[in-house]
This record gives sequence, C-alpha cells and structure tokens, in this order.
Amino acid sequence: MIAEEKVWTVIVLLAIGTFLIRFSFLGLVGDKELPPIVLKALRYTPVAVLPGMVAPLVLWPAATQGMIDPLRLFAACVTLGVGMWRKSFMPAAISGAVAFYGGLWVLSLAS
Amino acid sequence: MSDMTPKSAAIMGAKNGSPFILVLLPFAVLFGVLANQAGLSIEAALGFSFLVIAGSAQFAALQLLTEDAAIPLILLASLSVNLRMAMYSASLVPYLGKAPIWQRALVAYLNFDQAFAVSSAKYQDEPDWSISAKVAYFLGVAAPLATVWYIMTLVGVLVGTSIPQEWGLDFILPITFIGLFAPMLRTLAHLAAAVTSVVVALFFADLPSGMGVLIGAFCAMIVGVLVETWMEKREAQ
Repeated sequence: MIAEEKVWTVIVLLAIGTFLIRFSFLGLVGDKELPPIVLKALRYTPVAVLPGMVAPLVLWPAATQGMIDPLRLFAACVTLGVGMWRKSFMPAAISGAVAFYGGLWVLSLAS
Repeated sequence: MSDMTPKSAAIMGAKNGSPFILVLLPFAVLFGVLANQAGLSIEAALGFSFLVIAGSAQFAALQLLTEDAAIPLILLASLSVNLRMAMYSASLVPYLGKAPIWQRALVAYLNFDQAFAVSSAKYQDEPDWSISAKVAYFLGVAAPLATVWYIMTLVGVLVGTSIPQEWGLDFILPITFIGLFAPMLRTLAHLAAAVTSVVVALFFADLPSGMGVLIGAFCAMIVGVLVETWMEKREAQ
C-alpha cells in the first residue's frame, strides 16, 4: 500500500510541473525561438524515458521475484514487434496482452 | 473561411477530435484499473487524470510509486516524459500567442498530444481564422476528449475493484509502455535513443528506483540528437 500523503504530493507537484511545461512558451516566454539543438532533444524525451523504465520490468519482473520469465520476455517482444510494424498503440497492446494471457493459459494446460 | 465564428469552429473541433475518443478510452480505463490495483484511492486516481491529464506521465508516476521511489525522482522521471509538451507550447505561440491570458492558460492545461496534433494541423490550413475561432477550435477538440479521459478513469477504477489480483495485471503496465514507444521508433536516431535508454537504465538498475531511468534518459537524448545530426550530414553529402 502506498501512503496516501505521498500519492497526493506526487499528484499535485506533477500537475503543477506539467502545467508549467505546457504554459511555458504560450504564457511566459512568448515568441522566442528555441535553439535547434533543444528542439531536437525534446523530440526524443518519450523514447528516452519509457524504454529504460520498462526494461527492468521485463527482464526482472517482481511477480517472479526478479527471475527472468520467458513468457513475459516473449509478450514484450510481441508488443514491440507489432508496435514497430503497425505504428499504432492499440494493435501492439492487444497483441502483447494476447501473447501474455494466451501463454499463461497454455502453461496452465501443460501443468 | 476567414469569417469562421468561434461557435462553428468549436463544433468543427469536436468533430475532428472525435476519432481520438477510441484511442483515449481504453487507455483511460487501463489507468483506472492499474491505479486501483496499485492501491490508490478513487480520489487519487481521478486526481491524476483531472489535474495531471497526461497519459504516459501518469503511468510512469504510478509505476514509480509502486516501486516506492523517492518523490523527487518520481517527479523528474514523469516530468521528463512531458518535456515534449514544451515544444507543443512553443509551436502554438504564432497562432494563439495574442489570446487573453486565461484562454492561453486553459489551452495549456488541455495541451495533450491529440489536442495539439489536431489543432496545429488545422491552424496551418486556416491561417485566416480569428484568434477567438482558433481558441474555440482547440477547446472544441480538447474538452470532449478530456471529459472522456476523466469519466473513463473512473470506470477503470470501478472495473478494477472487481478484478482479482491473481490475474497478473502487473505485466499490463510494461505492455502499455512498450505499446506507447514502439510506434515512435521510426528512425535510426529514435532506435538508438531507445537502446541507449535500456542499456544505461539496466546498468544503473541497482541505484535507488527511478535514478537509472533518469541517467538513461539523459544519455538517450544526447545519443538521439547525435545520431540525427550525423544522419543529416550523411544525407547532405
């Protein structure tokens, strides 16, 4: 259980921070050009943060006490492959979920 | 159509934004379900969707909360997911920069990916619209989508309470993250950034939760820019 106080601290500060990012140029800075290098770097933020966050969850899942789990690894690869191929969230997420739960089901039959 | 009224601009915006309801709906439900499974109260889950209103950052914060990461690290990692929105903010200035401050604040609050993408494309096609029509169009796109986001988060929380913990929902979050970034891996530079992020984050996995991700993100951004610059040079030759 996460402490309610901590959760709300994160919510409020994250809300303020996110608003300030969105308000930055529109409300405060105005019509100033960003240096091209900064513009370039900003475009990489999602692919710079999310893969690093996901990698330990795939390789060392808490549900298997940090042991590598072939099924989770497989489902992650399916999601990644379909996502890169179809270039869309829904097909990727659905394929990954089907791979994971389909795999769980097959394993439950085998045991 | 330079005589576009704010009202018809808002209606047009709502129409143009409506296909994205299908994109946001499952995503919002999922956030509600996972927030519930992580032990968040219904108010906290809604607080995220109402106050933060940024999908990827909400999921990132939720993940780091369950890992019991320190608050500054949770904030830094989640906010860096949102940094791209500074770019959105900057590119709206030529169109909305002269609107009243409260309207710009409202637009800023609602400046999530889909609202920005739809609106900025329209502004390029319709440079003659009045500023009030442009603001109305943005709100027309964003307000219904935001409403779907709030309500479906609530639905997700309620659905979550009836899902047993044994369903292995723990792995839905990683799948969500991968589904989010995989479609972005369109260029060699993006791919290089993603690989860097993974390698560095794993290398620093023993540091306090969230720290490795931050160091990885910093390196990944540099690698992305370097590879992009290198590829541009190669193409120019």
